[in-house]
Amino acid sequence: MRNRVVLALAAAVCLAAFPGISAYAGKKNASDARQFFKQLPNDRKIQQALNRLTFGPLPGDAQRVKAMGLKRWVDLQLHPERLAENPVLESKLQTLDTLNMTGSEMVRNYPTPQTVRQMVQGQIPFPQDPDRKLMIQKLVARAERKQGDGSANANTNAGAITNTNAATPLRDLLTPQEAGALRTGTPQQRLAAFQALPKEKQDDVLAALPQAARQGLFVIAPPDLRRRIELASGPQQVVARDLTEGKLLRAVYSNRQLSEVLDDFWFNHFNIFLDKGADRYLVTEYERDVIRPHVLGKFRDLLEATAKSPAMLFYLDNWQSVGPDSPQLRGRKNSRGLNENYGRELLELHTLGVDGGYSQKDVTEAARCFTGWTINQPQRGGTFIFNRRVHDDGEKVVLGVKIPAGGGESDGERVLDIVARQPSTAHFISRKLAMRFVADEPPASLVNRMAQTFLKTDGDLRAVMQTMFGSREFWSEGAYRAKLKSPFEMVVSAVRALAGDVDYGFPLVNQVAQLGQPLYRKQEPTGYSNSSQEWLNSGGLLARMNFALQLADNRVPGVNVKAAKAAGPGDPLAGIGLGSPEFQKR
Amino acid sequence: MNTRRIFLRNSALAMVGAGSAPLWLQRALYAGEAPAPRKKILVAIFQRGAADGLNVVVPHGEKAYYNLRPTIAVGRPSTASDKRDDAAIDLDGFFGLHPSLAPLKPLYDGQHLAIVDAAGSPDPTRSHFDAQDYMESGTPGLKATNDGWMNRALPKAPGNSSAGPKVSPVRAVSLGPVLPRAMRGAQPAIALQSIAGFQVPNAEAARQFQEMYTNARDPVLRATGRETFEAVSMLQSILNQAYTPAGGAQYPRGRFGDNLRQIAQLIKAEVGVEMAFADIGGWDHHVNEIGARASEGQLANLLREFGQALAAFWQDMGDRMQDVVVVTMSEFGRTARENGNRGTDHGHANNMFVMGGAVKGGKVYGKWPGLEPEQLYEGRDLALTTDFRDVLGELVARHMGTPSVKGVFPGYDPKFLGLV
Repeated sequence: MRNRVVLALAAAVCLAAFPGISAYAGKKNASDARQFFKQLPNDRKIQQALNRLTFGPLPGDAQRVKAMGLKRWVDLQLHPERLAENPVLESKLQTLDTLNMTGSEMVRNYPTPQTVRQMVQGQIPFPQDPDRKLMIQKLVARAERKQGDGSANANTNAGAITNTNAATPLRDLLTPQEAGALRTGTPQQRLAAFQALPKEKQDDVLAALPQAARQGLFVIAPPDLRRRIELASGPQQVVARDLTEGKLLRAVYSNRQLSEVLDDFWFNHFNIFLDKGADRYLVTEYERDVIRPHVLGKFRDLLEATAKSPAMLFYLDNWQSVGPDSPQLRGRKNSRGLNENYGRELLELHTLGVDGGYSQKDVTEAARCFTGWTINQPQRGGTFIFNRRVHDDGEKVVLGVKIPAGGGESDGERVLDIVARQPSTAHFISRKLAMRFVADEPPASLVNRMAQTFLKTDGDLRAVMQTMFGSREFWSEGAYRAKLKSPFEMVVSAVRALAGDVDYGFPLVNQVAQLGQPLYRKQEPTGYSNSSQEWLNSGGLLARMNFALQLADNRVPGVNVKAAKAAGPGDPLAGIGLGSPEFQKR
Repeated sequence: MNTRRIFLRNSALAMVGAGSAPLWLQRALYAGEAPAPRKKILVAIFQRGAADGLNVVVPHGEKAYYNLRPTIAVGRPSTASDKRDDAAIDLDGFFGLHPSLAPLKPLYDGQHLAIVDAAGSPDPTRSHFDAQDYMESGTPGLKATNDGWMNRALPKAPGNSSAGPKVSPVRAVSLGPVLPRAMRGAQPAIALQSIAGFQVPNAEAARQFQEMYTNARDPVLRATGRETFEAVSMLQSILNQAYTPAGGAQYPRGRFGDNLRQIAQLIKAEVGVEMAFADIGGWDHHVNEIGARASEGQLANLLREFGQALAAFWQDMGDRMQDVVVVTMSEFGRTARENGNRGTDHGHANNMFVMGGAVKGGKVYGKWPGLEPEQLYEGRDLALTTDFRDVLGELVARHMGTPSVKGVFPGYDPKFLGLV
């Protein structure tokens, strides 16, 4: 106790010693607080709405909102089902076929080398689509050629297939004239030379081309050929590429902008790292079927959807957790046992918050409740199942609430009931939303009102958003341009500001990663920080400036912009505005 | 300071700004009034995710260790008659290094590497986020601290007057996309992902951006912008230079090795680096921490990268290591007992490595608390006997020469272990 007082004093001294440390962290004094009650003039209210409910205004957006009426526009954004989707977006998403697949469909259609091996061995069926099947058979054939054993029965050496990308050398596929034509002339001439090749040869040629040549062809290829080029470079990478490109395209083009902003927010809240093993094939359906349908629904539903998703069960290891007193473990030693990972993050990150009033004992008890919540065949894009044999069916106490013995699968659901309705959860979620939409240090008055709505409506997230958008604080000077854009927000808002046409998205996706926010690849369950300070540093600022210059000068592949008004097209300095301090804020 | 000197500095700085000043002049400028002794440098490494200290520095003399970890312990050191490459590498008859850390053994033997065991943060949290935050702010248990210990440990600049900065704009450098908590604060500190990328190649655009940021309305963007462009000028001479590590040093592939290589490059360029930071993630091994053998699997692979990078840094830096200390830390340790999935859950105390030319190495420091049930923290974790601030405080005071560490670790009085 005494120790705490000393520490607190020390901290006060330390803060006093550095008054100017961070204006972002510091909006605490009285004059700053008053800013949250100073109302914005009407034209700025429209800017504020566009900056917070969208990924940045498109040219003409302000006039459109004004014509429709701000209130009506906000209301429509809160009811995305009433908004027609942009047909441009729908056509651009069409080629990204994994976005509509289940995990198991993806595993079969875009297999890893291990999966190909299993197909050859007959453990997994080949995909039904004849083109896909052919592609996989070609992968196998290539692998066999690599071993110099092309005539052998596939089954005998299937176990040895490790590098399915081993390709026939180009010189065996093409005449010197054909190979020469692929290397010379303008990009268009090279594309024409490629398309002139017999169709059955094209995929083998793609696989054999050096990476740079393949990339050179890619940038000028029509969409269907681009797909085949991606497949030739490695089918399992297509899944990650579709996922990241899909996110970027929706953020740029969707009419349901708030929905996209919330999808970004809630995915990050329930973060999953794409590159953790089986999650490579599970995140697509996680975002599509678990996060998106619930972002304006009930928090409790969203929470359970995440808790039962194979993606989360895998990411936070719960699928392997075994009750110390479960049927499977009884009387056995050195077998699997309890894993606390999900139980802890559920309390700390998903619901109560780290200061939300739980103990180590609560973590362990929650983990016991979730034993048996596991995945059927995770490596094949599995599904949720409850396995009674590994469930600890004894009595548990979580946050003071007794969960009687014998509850089985419902033990975990009881935990979700308990934590979803805690006042600290209402407060934690409300504050996090206000940090995203209002300010890094949102006024407590607003957060409290949002939390009240949360509790009154049983966690109705649309109602919580309505409380926030209906508040004085949201439309105040204190909130106006108070946030620094995250890298993703910066890149998307820049493309939107210049009405960019995105032909293919991965170079932009790479830019977001270079600015410090690789999409779907935040390894820690915390997700990316919601605070401006996180994104403010020298290297990051320079990277933003350089991106701005490249984008406006049409030097970012895959996207075409109409250069900024002030500068003429082709002016290398057209991007100055996008790299400016003002544009980094929203 | 006389007028003539101010004039010289101003005109020389103008040259620096234009990127035309020779390197010797830049060095002379930032070296201060007299050819002062070379600055001392502290490099901090953060192992994010809570490394399993008990499998990194293995207490092979402790029977309880093997009882607690029936499937994931690292075996006792080999004997002459029984050579195994998956066994611990003995240090002192009680502790041993994980086999993947073999590249560090010569450094330990040469007394340049010290290990502090059962060290860490006294705060009981088992949250990665909070524990990292506390360790970087240097104030366990206190969330209100705005700045980090490395920033506070930088000697205060004697006022940034119009005469130009008197300290290097790159005195505090972090490698990576974000500025870590440990380096945030009142003193300028920069983050860079790569030395080569730390510039706006178009000179006219750079000039315009510099002007915009210098006049930005937002005070934080203005300050960061100014720091950024000062740092860019400072690094101009090495931005486009190829770098070959000295002494045949071979950094491992990957971000961590790249980052240590660039820290070495920055230090050797004599641009005024005093504090450097790099991190390496992926230590949160709840499942299958160890492969079929202790020398295989997730922990082994990560430790190999970690150990090779530190050893390469040592080699690359050569004699310059006399002025450099590298210190490692991780937010907390892991459960003494293995969990149900051949992994470990979140625990308490861990260990820290301290490497440098002037380090009194070849020794495992700290009091070993034991692993018997009654000796464990909360019945499950290695207990803590050394506060991480004892280690960092000593390095700040005795290596960096900061006269008082009171402001660096407010409310705490570090007890020095005699590491340097």
